[in-house]
Amino acid sequence: MNVRQATVLVWVLLLLALGLTALGICVGSAGFENLLQPLLNPLDDPEQTAMAQQIVWDIRLPRTLGAWAAGALLGLAGALAQGLFRNPLADPFLLGSASGASLGVALALAAMGSAGGMMGDGLAFSVFGTGWLTRLGLTGAAFGGAVLAVFLTLALSKGVQHTLRLLLAGVVVGVVLGAMTHLVLLWSPESLQAMQAFMLGSTAFVGWTAFAVMAGVWLLASVAGALLARMLDGLSLGEATAHSLGLPLVPMRLALVAVLALATGAAVAQTGLIAFVGLAAPHLVRSVVKTTHGRLILLSSLMGGVLLMAADTLARWLIAPQELPVGVLTAVLGGGYLLWLMHRGTRGGGLSL
Amino acid sequence: MTSIAVNACSVRATLGNAEILHDVSLALPMGRWTSIVGPNGAGKSTLLKVLAGLLPHRGSVALLGQPLPSYSARARAQRLAWLGQNESAGDDLTVWDVAMLGRLPHQSWLAPPSEADRAAVEIALKSTGGWDWRARSLGQLSGGERQRVLLARALAVQAQVLLMDEPLANLDPPHQADWLGVVRCLLESGVTVVSVLHEISMALHSDEMVIMAAGRITHQGISADPATHRALEAVFDQRISIHPLAGQWVALPN
Repeated sequence: MNVRQATVLVWVLLLLALGLTALGICVGSAGFENLLQPLLNPLDDPEQTAMAQQIVWDIRLPRTLGAWAAGALLGLAGALAQGLFRNPLADPFLLGSASGASLGVALALAAMGSAGGMMGDGLAFSVFGTGWLTRLGLTGAAFGGAVLAVFLTLALSKGVQHTLRLLLAGVVVGVVLGAMTHLVLLWSPESLQAMQAFMLGSTAFVGWTAFAVMAGVWLLASVAGALLARMLDGLSLGEATAHSLGLPLVPMRLALVAVLALATGAAVAQTGLIAFVGLAAPHLVRSVVKTTHGRLILLSSLMGGVLLMAADTLARWLIAPQELPVGVLTAVLGGGYLLWLMHRGTRGGGLSL
Repeated sequence: MTSIAVNACSVRATLGNAEILHDVSLALPMGRWTSIVGPNGAGKSTLLKVLAGLLPHRGSVALLGQPLPSYSARARAQRLAWLGQNESAGDDLTVWDVAMLGRLPHQSWLAPPSEADRAAVEIALKSTGGWDWRARSLGQLSGGERQRVLLARALAVQAQVLLMDEPLANLDPPHQADWLGVVRCLLESGVTVVSVLHEISMALHSDEMVIMAAGRITHQGISADPATHRALEAVFDQRISIHPLAGQWVALPN
């Protein structure tokens, strides 16, 4: 019964993603009606057609797909974090790993920026650069920062048993690492402007390379998630029971933290800090279907992709022809959702959070 | 003579800075049902965890004649099942999924459940009365229903040794009686059963009793033995007394 519900949800989310891709191509400063004509009749005005092609192919399609991939990574990271910490409030953002990832990016930028300056080649190095090396380097730096942040949070909270302590530690780590990020940026003012869009979270500069990096990491993380899913099920019965079932808890936790940090790092390195997608996606899935972690991880991932795609489209459309940074939008919407969850949790008497 | 299923030798265990078990030694006979009883804080649950290999401890524990650490985690999990008390449980999993987790020690990584796994889960769920709501999620169940599902999870392991920590918590009288039936079935098939119980009258149905107080074993003996009854009354400050009634022993408050 749950299996069928889950399958239906997979198809619904895939169809939604497809529909939003189409919508995402249409929404922007140049309306779709202005693009459709040149695309359909290339002979009328070759110049117009080339521009229309460029807008659709080089700008809107990669950023729309990039929004999906980033959301999918965050949704997956959220589902893993909530299973790993057996805590439904765990989220890459709340645990500080996203702040760690952004610190990694800022450090990498400052280091590479000063290196470029010393070489004097005038190479414009930007957080949204499109080169493969840039993207992979930033992803690696974000990954390192995310791992560091998760371990810091865990060390501060002395384990995962206490929800409150874990969240407090996550907030503290997030704030401290965020402050350090700003400090790093003060030292390298040239990257300040690029970093601003990054700190707010934006999909505006996602090109094909960035999308490819995210898609690759997503595939990797999905496979790893599927491999670890049954252990997460075991862990949901409590640490002692999982241990009594013969599960290798330590290597499994390390692997999960690595996958979590990799997914968060990949998303943060390309799109910046986008809050609450990782928290909301698993909750939304659970409100529709209760299922094992194997399906929850996949569904949360698809849900996260659809959420961020929808938010991205909305961010472009709300104050068109200008656009909101999508991170601002998800923070507002996600914050509201979290408040509603908490309200519902307290009203029900039980701790549904 | 009966051989020994679990043997603990000079076990000491600490939680935080406090030593909970002081030099505990005991031998649990194979294929028999042993109940561990004693007042709150006597160290019963800690002892059970040590026997299950879940707590660091000094001294040695042997399972089926071999030292516990010599088993791989998986081999140990196939031979010994442990049911904890007040363990968190995944509210999102269905009853079927939870019971199937008991098969983890028998499944190879990523392999789908085999016929044997399905059969074991079905038997376990039917014997605890959870079969009819196998599609419901754990979060929708009452405390007693949930306890029966967790019991089914432990039964599904089909281990030779089954350790249960307060398995009757939250169970209503008919299901406590059912549990007794389940244990008798297990004993018939040669399983060694160890249970920590606060229901003294239920514990008196067991073959042997281990009586604990303040981190030590004060008495181990046959449950029907008057000496065991005296030790029971002593450990509970003479606040209860053991009487025969309708062919059973019952504990009544004084």
